[in-house]
Amino acid sequence: MTNVIYAVAVLGILGAVFGALLAFASKIFYVEHDERIDQILGVLPGANCGGCGFAGCANCAEAIVEGKAKVSACPVGGPAVASQVAKIMGVEDAGSERMVAHVYCCGGDRAVKKFEYDGLKTCAAANKVAGTHMACPSACLGFGSCVAACKYDAIHVENGVAKVDMDKCVACGACAAACPKGLIEMVPAKQKVFISCRNTEKGVVVRNKCQVGCIACTLCAKKCPSEAITIENNLAKIDYTKCTNCGTCATVCPRKLIVDLAAKPAEAAPAAPAAPAAPAASAQ
Amino acid sequence: MDAAKLLDIMLGAILINNFIFSQFLGICPFMGVSKKTDTAAGMGMAVIFVMGLASAICWVINRFVLVALGLQYLQTLAYILVIAALVQFVEMFLKKAVPSLYSALGIYLPLITTNCAVLGVVLLNTQNNYNFIESVVYGVTGGIGFLIAIVLFASIREKLRFADYPKAFEGFPIALVTAGLLALAFMGFSGMSIPW
Repeated sequence: MTNVIYAVAVLGILGAVFGALLAFASKIFYVEHDERIDQILGVLPGANCGGCGFAGCANCAEAIVEGKAKVSACPVGGPAVASQVAKIMGVEDAGSERMVAHVYCCGGDRAVKKFEYDGLKTCAAANKVAGTHMACPSACLGFGSCVAACKYDAIHVENGVAKVDMDKCVACGACAAACPKGLIEMVPAKQKVFISCRNTEKGVVVRNKCQVGCIACTLCAKKCPSEAITIENNLAKIDYTKCTNCGTCATVCPRKLIVDLAAKPAEAAPAAPAAPAAPAASAQ
Repeated sequence: MDAAKLLDIMLGAILINNFIFSQFLGICPFMGVSKKTDTAAGMGMAVIFVMGLASAICWVINRFVLVALGLQYLQTLAYILVIAALVQFVEMFLKKAVPSLYSALGIYLPLITTNCAVLGVVLLNTQNNYNFIESVVYGVTGGIGFLIAIVLFASIREKLRFADYPKAFEGFPIALVTAGLLALAFMGFSGMSIPW
């Protein structure tokens, strides 16, 4: 009987002593802690994707409270989270807008290959072999390093070229970082018209490398009613601040490389392969 | 003699009876926190720290409370209590006193509460009748053994990402196979002893 009492007493006392010590220690070692950090952490998505540039949501919340990051720092949460965070911080949310990723290449199967690449099936590896197997120096390699990097299932390789699912994309930027060609950029979600090409070579050269490469024919620039398109380095470029998403350029582009996401049905019908398809043998 | 025994304990804890590879204690953090070498090293450092402290405190509790009252059968229970409280305390202390160390080890400290290698080391101290210094040495070197094991494993796992193995082995299966091979390699130390 005394054994039991001893055992209970000893463990009870040990527990009580440790408990008291810990309680005491928590007072002594109390660290000033801004409770807004916890509140913001509660509002953030909690995926710890690192899209904000910090190690995780906790670090992001800390940075926001310390003023090192904007209230709209979280690209995943978008405006909804930004306004909640702004409320916690007691500031006005300075109009953040939703961004999405866009792939500046639409070549894929329509681009010419220099040789059959049979190595490691990642873009980074393919990018290191003889200037890639694609004839175009700025072609999507289609091995889907961006797909692997995406935590939101928002980017897929279709017909040999990566394509972003605008509804799922949260603009965390993981795909852009994974693309060895740097073809992916974050763009405003309201933007619907894109010139999906990055090739800056001369038109004649591009013609031999890709059915849908920009040959700098300047048709789009001439037809654009809001003068939003300029030709730089043999490549058409849209100024998104001027663009009204009218889609004129997409209809006039002879190479059909200007993507108008608003005009889905028209895009669904593939452009007739009237473009002078370059024979694969012509490459190097 | 004393120095020789200490050396024996050290060598035993680090290589011959490595906690991970020969005693198979602390496998959970070993598998869980070994995806990157630097986090693995952080975990290892935290384990060294906690194992050393736990060995010292548990020795004192055992000698002056449990043995004195003839309550040795309460060792496991009392040690768990000590370890849990210790880890909590260390976490609080580091947060206040050494914030840089806390941010480096912070997330691993609570994990150590559930690391059975720590409980293993204090129980083995009692089982082997180590004195205070021997206990602390065993605790610290046991932690060093854990550090070596987890860093070795993590660096292999980092390389494994580029290896071409069957899809069925992706993730944990290949990690377990690797751990098994590493344990086999560590068996090579089993014949070692110090000839004094």
